[in-house]
Amino acid sequence: VTQSPTLSRRSAHSDSTLPRKSRQRGADARAGYTFLLPWLLGFIALTLGPMISSLYLSFTNYNLFDPPKWIGLDNYTTMFQDERFLQSVGVTVGYVVFGTPLKLAAALAVAMLLNSARKGQGFYRSAFYAPSLIGASVSIAIVWKAMFGDSGPVDQGLSFFGINIGGWVGNPSMTMPMFILLTVWQFGAPMVIFLAGLKQIPADLYEAASMDGAGPVRKFFNITWPMLSPVVFFNLLMETIHAFQIFSSAYIISNGEGGPAGSTLFYTLYLYLRGFSDFRMGYASAMAWLLLIVVGILTLIIFRTSKSWVHYSGDAK
Amino acid sequence: MTTTATPTQSASDAQVANYNPKSESSTAKRAKSALFHVVAIALTAVVLYPGLWMIASSFKPNAEIGGTNTSLWSSNFSFDNFVTAMDGIGGVSTLQFFTNSLILAVGAVVGTILSASVSAYAFARIKFPGRSLFFGMMIATLLLPFHVVIIPQYIVFQQLGLVDTYVPLLIGKFLAADAFFVFLMVQFMRNLPGELDEAARIDGAGHVRIFTSIMLPLMKPALISTSIFSFIWSWNDFLGPLLYLNTPEKYPLPLALRLFVDQTQSSDYGAMIAMSVLALLPVLIFFLVFQRYIVEGVSTQGLKG
Repeated sequence: VTQSPTLSRRSAHSDSTLPRKSRQRGADARAGYTFLLPWLLGFIALTLGPMISSLYLSFTNYNLFDPPKWIGLDNYTTMFQDERFLQSVGVTVGYVVFGTPLKLAAALAVAMLLNSARKGQGFYRSAFYAPSLIGASVSIAIVWKAMFGDSGPVDQGLSFFGINIGGWVGNPSMTMPMFILLTVWQFGAPMVIFLAGLKQIPADLYEAASMDGAGPVRKFFNITWPMLSPVVFFNLLMETIHAFQIFSSAYIISNGEGGPAGSTLFYTLYLYLRGFSDFRMGYASAMAWLLLIVVGILTLIIFRTSKSWVHYSGDAK
Repeated sequence: MTTTATPTQSASDAQVANYNPKSESSTAKRAKSALFHVVAIALTAVVLYPGLWMIASSFKPNAEIGGTNTSLWSSNFSFDNFVTAMDGIGGVSTLQFFTNSLILAVGAVVGTILSASVSAYAFARIKFPGRSLFFGMMIATLLLPFHVVIIPQYIVFQQLGLVDTYVPLLIGKFLAADAFFVFLMVQFMRNLPGELDEAARIDGAGHVRIFTSIMLPLMKPALISTSIFSFIWSWNDFLGPLLYLNTPEKYPLPLALRLFVDQTQSSDYGAMIAMSVLALLPVLIFFLVFQRYIVEGVSTQGLKG
């Protein structure tokens, strides 16, 4: 099989070599699947197979020790009577709905600020990006918990301005803002992507707009936003999917319990607790599939609506 | 439209500058640049504050961390917290946790580089039936919430007796399960000129030769960003080790940190924060050394942190 695929240099593209071409095609197919083998094995064994079995498990009662018992849609129906489940949905939706747009707005604003700079852009870009690299780590969760704890630096800083909230960590109505601040703090990753997008916008568009007397607001809505919309779309999609899956920080900050008063019981944390602490694997699988369906629908919505607000440079516009 | 600016005019000059940037006076330009730096430096201070606070606290005695002394500086700086932190927890030294983290991270890098580059070559450079279908599936796994697969994966590894080993944590890396890296390399290879492989083919080189002696050397930038990110992601990973590892001797740093938090229950804040600093140290060093690669990687490939 190791023989050289072509014998003459010129005939690689000529039509007179059909038999050899089909032989080449066969060799390519073999080579293709050989090279793809690691991914293919991983896809079947670690993604597709588990997905199918978790779909099956979601219709069963399974505790890891006794064989799974088929219970039909029971897991899915009892979910909606499970108060902790509903709470976890509320917590997660609140986090996604407020955290993601705030983070992206911060990212875009800072990217535009940096884009206007002539000097020092590289330094600020790196400094602002750093939190994205470490934000989801256990270390930062510990630091966050300490900073927002009773008489931590945040509490003391606010007291200085006469605001006395006390510790955010133990206050059920302040934990959500604390988590939103944690995600907004990591605005660097989408910011870097926005900045790369802003650099692609031709400067003469702005110059032409200036000639026509357009102010900064009109320039933003008529040039920056449409030109940047594919990047906005990408960031929105990735950050939304990402936000649904917040786990480590929630686990560490709440000691793996989702407290106080369930205010940090994020969806994935509850899923983990059901599956790996209550050993209700069927129920947890049903939760996982519900998450998959919701994320899938959201992705679809973002894709569908994108047709009306995302402009690709190939468009006639 | 040349403007000779006096300080009192500069406000209106700025207005003019909006309409025609070329006529911007140097005073207005300098004022604008100064304003930019003031805003940017203030923002930098806010963004870096948690990190600075963490580092400062790791050198402070316990009493000063949550105390009324809000300044980052302390006259009682010492390495005591680090000495305590290095002792480790549960009879396991912190050095052991470091070693464990390192084994997992290096394993992740090696596995990812090998499997992702080979698979990406198939997607980017070989025509075979079913390629676009598989490529679509690979993209779909980019968007797939990880939690959908963890339960069956756990059940399988449990039945194979592989829980509390590193196999479940590493096998995915050797099977290109991090689709992001495959995608990154496919994108990179597609941008390499096709004439390269055509010429090599005409010279009689097979796919193995083309891959090893043409593609791999050219892919260096993509391989470097992949190595950096897979190292950092593995280093910071918490859910995987939490699911699969039970014995503290095998814990990587994030899990050891959790154990530390559980056992000391915030009684030794200083040591806890010192250990957090130690756990982040390699990531910070990586960042300082490779920041250009990292930030460029994010801006061109849309990698997440």
